[in-house]
Amino acid sequence: MIVHSIFFYFFSVIAIFSSLMVITSRSTINSVFFLILDFISVGCLFIMVGAEFLGMILLIVYVGAVAVLFLFVVMMLNVAEQKQSWFIGKKSTHIPTGLIVSVLILLELLVVVGGWKYKEDVMSSSTLILSNVSNTHQLGLVMYTDYILYFQLAGVVLLLAMIGAILLTFRERVGVKKQSYINQISRNPSSSIELVEAKSNQGVRVDD
Amino acid sequence: MIEYLQILGQEIYKIIFLLVPILVSVAMIVWLDRRVWGLVQKRRGPNVVGPFGLFQTLADALKYIFKEIIIPASANKVVFILAPIVTMTLALVAWAVIPMSENLVLADINVGILYLFAVSSLGVYGIIMGGWASNSKYPFLGAIRSAAQMVSYEVSIGIIIINVLLCVGSLNLNEIVIAQKELWYVIPLFPMFVIFFISALAETNRPPFDLPEAEAELVAGYQTEYSGMMYAMFWLGEYANILLMCAMGSILFLGGWLPIMDVYPLNVIPAPLWMILKILFLFLLFALIKAIVPRYRYDQLMRLGWKIFLPFSLIYLVLTASFLFYFDKLPKVSI
Repeated sequence: MIVHSIFFYFFSVIAIFSSLMVITSRSTINSVFFLILDFISVGCLFIMVGAEFLGMILLIVYVGAVAVLFLFVVMMLNVAEQKQSWFIGKKSTHIPTGLIVSVLILLELLVVVGGWKYKEDVMSSSTLILSNVSNTHQLGLVMYTDYILYFQLAGVVLLLAMIGAILLTFRERVGVKKQSYINQISRNPSSSIELVEAKSNQGVRVDD
Repeated sequence: MIEYLQILGQEIYKIIFLLVPILVSVAMIVWLDRRVWGLVQKRRGPNVVGPFGLFQTLADALKYIFKEIIIPASANKVVFILAPIVTMTLALVAWAVIPMSENLVLADINVGILYLFAVSSLGVYGIIMGGWASNSKYPFLGAIRSAAQMVSYEVSIGIIIINVLLCVGSLNLNEIVIAQKELWYVIPLFPMFVIFFISALAETNRPPFDLPEAEAELVAGYQTEYSGMMYAMFWLGEYANILLMCAMGSILFLGGWLPIMDVYPLNVIPAPLWMILKILFLFLLFALIKAIVPRYRYDQLMRLGWKIFLPFSLIYLVLTASFLFYFDKLPKVSI
């Protein structure tokens, strides 16, 4: 048990420290690296409480895909280092927005956790929660029976978000040459080589 | 407290006996790779150091150790040093869950395949960090190419894994192997095996998908600024990753440590040997492909990943699921 709690404090201290570093570190790249560290330690905490599936999915989705894209964007845009720390800056608009969002999240968490703790019928799963089945099976059993509608709705929302993002960034570019694989593969000498008699001082006009 | 120390001692003992053979086999596999490459091109390949040139890699490693480590003046030093360490660690850490036989596995965890997938998807960080921290054009371009490529091909690898998991009904690697006792999944899921193999080539930045380190365009990609032991760590990590992908392929499709047929002379051969033979077989395919296939263009690579592999593996997933459902072959959950 002692080892268990040592590991718990180890991971939670790292998680809290790195989440503080995410918002206070000056270099944006370092922020992203600390965010990754935060994700990893929270994933380890998930695994420690026995939610191995959630922990691994957190690693795969957030660390393996989402954070890579964050890093990618930050590196590509070459975001300049923040000149002033948020706590010292005069015209900081971040703090009120951040406060509103965090207070809202805290309230939501209170409602959800409080309701789940003190009112038994809030968690209204009619599927039996079995203890001898692995974590992954249990999740599947609940998700695809009682909550199938919400599960599918979440999928539809994600799909809509994806289509929306593509639509927002899509623009027709003019003057761009496109590669056509069929044409490239089906080229042969007779259709692609032409013998031209070039006149002196006039040259040959190539239409492109 | 002493009990804990004893357990810790045992685990460290086990870990050392897992890591040392892997590092040695990585050295041997580099030799094999160069040898096959040479033979395909009618050269001899490394054949001077030791019998058949077997110690060539050790000699190379020794050379790397004694070389000077150069850190560029404008590099981000912490990230620059961290990058090869991350690559190497992630490549070795994944081996903890690979079963060499029914009992010969370091950590027999419930979500073994997810663990493998997670660790292999983290591998991109070593490359991205190395490329960015070098603060130079070629490594940066190489890192960006590599990140886009690895993230793209991970998607189709994930869907291929789901295909296999549908047939098995468990995420445990040993159970995936045992489920193939009757029939290796390479037969019913053959198209998926081919796609997995090609995606594994792309995931490990092997030719024909080695655009992140395309010599002709980017010198050595993300490794350009590295020298000495740090370069060697990148290189060892890369080959350990290739071996890992081969092990993953043999567990998912070639029946892991199971013999080809459960008949007398074949089932006497110990299980770990079967596993090693299958990994070697897949690695030989990797080495041959490196020697005989020309490099892809980058837009062709992206098109292959997103427009061909992803839809095809999704369609195959639906087909597998419907087949299992209508013929009532879905794996039963023991409740």
